[in-house]
Amino acid sequence: MTESQTKGALLVKSTVLLIGAVLLFAPFLFQDVRSIEVASRICIFVVLVASYDLLIGYTGIVSFAHTMFFGFGAYGTAIALRQMGNGWDAVFFGTLAGMALSLVLAVAIGLLSLRVKAIFFAMITLAAASVALVLASQLNQITGGEDGITFRVPTLFKTATKLMVDENGQLVRLFGVKLNGKLAAYYFVFATSLALFAVMLRIVGSPLGTVLKAIRENEARAEAIGYRVVNYRTFVFCIAAVIASLAGSIYAIWLKYTGPDTALSFAIMIDILLMVVIGGMGTMWGAVIGAVLMVLAQYYLRDLMEVASEVTAALPLLPDLLDPDRWLFWLGVIFILLVYFFPKGIAGTIMAKGGKT
Amino acid sequence: MKRLSEIFDRFGGVNLLPVLAAVVAFVLIDAPSSWVTLTVAGLAMGMMIFLMASGLSLVFGLMDVLNFGHSAFISFGAFVAASVLAFFGAWLGGDSSFLALIALILSIAAAIAFGLLGGWFFETVIIKPVYKDHLRQILITMGALIVAEQIILAVWGGTPTSVPRPAFLEGSWIIGDVSIEVYRVFAFLLGLIVYVGLYIVLNRTRVGLLIRAGVENREMVECLGFRVDRIFVGVFMVGSALAAMGGAMWAGYQTLISPALGAEMLIIVFIVVIIGGLGSIEGTLLGAILVGLIGNYVGYLAPKLALTSNMVLMMLILLWRPNGLRPIVK
Repeated sequence: MTESQTKGALLVKSTVLLIGAVLLFAPFLFQDVRSIEVASRICIFVVLVASYDLLIGYTGIVSFAHTMFFGFGAYGTAIALRQMGNGWDAVFFGTLAGMALSLVLAVAIGLLSLRVKAIFFAMITLAAASVALVLASQLNQITGGEDGITFRVPTLFKTATKLMVDENGQLVRLFGVKLNGKLAAYYFVFATSLALFAVMLRIVGSPLGTVLKAIRENEARAEAIGYRVVNYRTFVFCIAAVIASLAGSIYAIWLKYTGPDTALSFAIMIDILLMVVIGGMGTMWGAVIGAVLMVLAQYYLRDLMEVASEVTAALPLLPDLLDPDRWLFWLGVIFILLVYFFPKGIAGTIMAKGGKT
Repeated sequence: MKRLSEIFDRFGGVNLLPVLAAVVAFVLIDAPSSWVTLTVAGLAMGMMIFLMASGLSLVFGLMDVLNFGHSAFISFGAFVAASVLAFFGAWLGGDSSFLALIALILSIAAAIAFGLLGGWFFETVIIKPVYKDHLRQILITMGALIVAEQIILAVWGGTPTSVPRPAFLEGSWIIGDVSIEVYRVFAFLLGLIVYVGLYIVLNRTRVGLLIRAGVENREMVECLGFRVDRIFVGVFMVGSALAAMGGAMWAGYQTLISPALGAEMLIIVFIVVIIGGLGSIEGTLLGAILVGLIGNYVGYLAPKLALTSNMVLMMLILLWRPNGLRPIVK
């Protein structure tokens, strides 16, 4: 890299490295079911948020259809696994089908709306995403409607599968962790997420990434130098869509379930937005930090709020706002404040600090 | 083909689209009485959507601000009006139409007042710091929408709220074998009055002249010494009040409202504004009527398609006219 690094940047990168290490050993460090859920969710959301960052942080376009692509991947895999049985071919075809659908729609939306005005894009993607959500809950025969699809995954990932057995046929434990299919599934999630994240880091570091940064900084100038801004934006939109779709497929395999709430709902879109803004737009590292903080908050902040709600029970309105279900309220407030005062997010702000080394 | 488009333009161009839709639907539906009912419903819906969308369109045209939080005013309007109506429940149920009318006017007035106040607050606190920065505008107004939705959930709860209607707006008139709901006629007329009012203000008064000039070229108007930002605050407040009023009427139309209302309407409002062309009031009206009519016709002819019809309509119109039906020249 030619960019000189600040101390802050080193700090951010080492934090991300630490997070990566913790995630790598997560099944051994935290040996309960909930922690593994949290860890795998973090892995998948890192990919999802990083692919969104590619859009919002590197080209400055806001899309609300990212969950739609996530959902296509999840539904593609789910439908294929249910129809074709729990083989690897089904995983392959389902993932590919979801990817293809995402790609086609991304090209269509991109060409239709990126040409007109960037601001149309936000509105059109919002409308498209809502239609996808409605369709998913309406087409009962294909998508299972509101109930979603429960399906069986390849045998390797079943909790009952024994990866290693000793001479008595007993499941081998390594540091007290059962070497079963659940562990295999977690490492599948971790490895694929890591690979996808590495691909995105590579994209950002490539000449293409430089062009994208140029477009973000000064669109007119990039156009004047001779880069076709619309083509680049559409291309990035497609890449982001494909990666989101892959993340959706991985998530479906991990959950063994796909439904509107886990794959398509608008709540996920809001989560992604919050993660990318809290973490810091335009730095792939920010996506990691944002995803980790938000997922941890989702799982553990509610417990804290429950306590706060009970403490303030005597006051008017406040306990209602401190109710665990209202946690989005506080995140929304934090979100607004962040956009005002730290538009670069956590990673961006820290990375700008400290002298050059 | 060229001749055809010339003839089309001579008879009113894009303004003809709703009529065209109605004629096609008349042939397809093949039952005059249902057609009349659907058309009235479509027009009433269109007028309410117009109220909700007009503010968004003007605000965008004048200040290049896209407010994703606009639908918060729709929901707040609906819930405030519902609360006021519930408070005067005795008057509504009573025999006196006069008292019921007062309760109705009070509820709509409360929604409008809330919209004005909320709009002022929203403009000064949320939007002012991020003028001319689309990315942060979208993010911040989205955040504001999340917060507003959560406040509604905290205050009114997550369960659907039922909205009482005044007795004289209940029921329907029956002419021959056609039945027309009274509330729909009321909604249509009220929407029409507001449109005419807006039209007169925009086209016949000095303030309206400034607003239109500001939409066309803000810098020039500022150069001439007018404070466009002050006009803008006013427009924003009125736009929010109109959205709240639309929400209040929508609440009466649906009679059962849930906090998800805002998010649902946001999509429709966006589609209408895009179809009509951002910044133009006539375009918004045209788009709203079109969406209202086609939504009702498709809902009758092919209920499964009803939810996607708006989206398809928008796609088709954008392919035909990328800037919307009646764009403001910019």
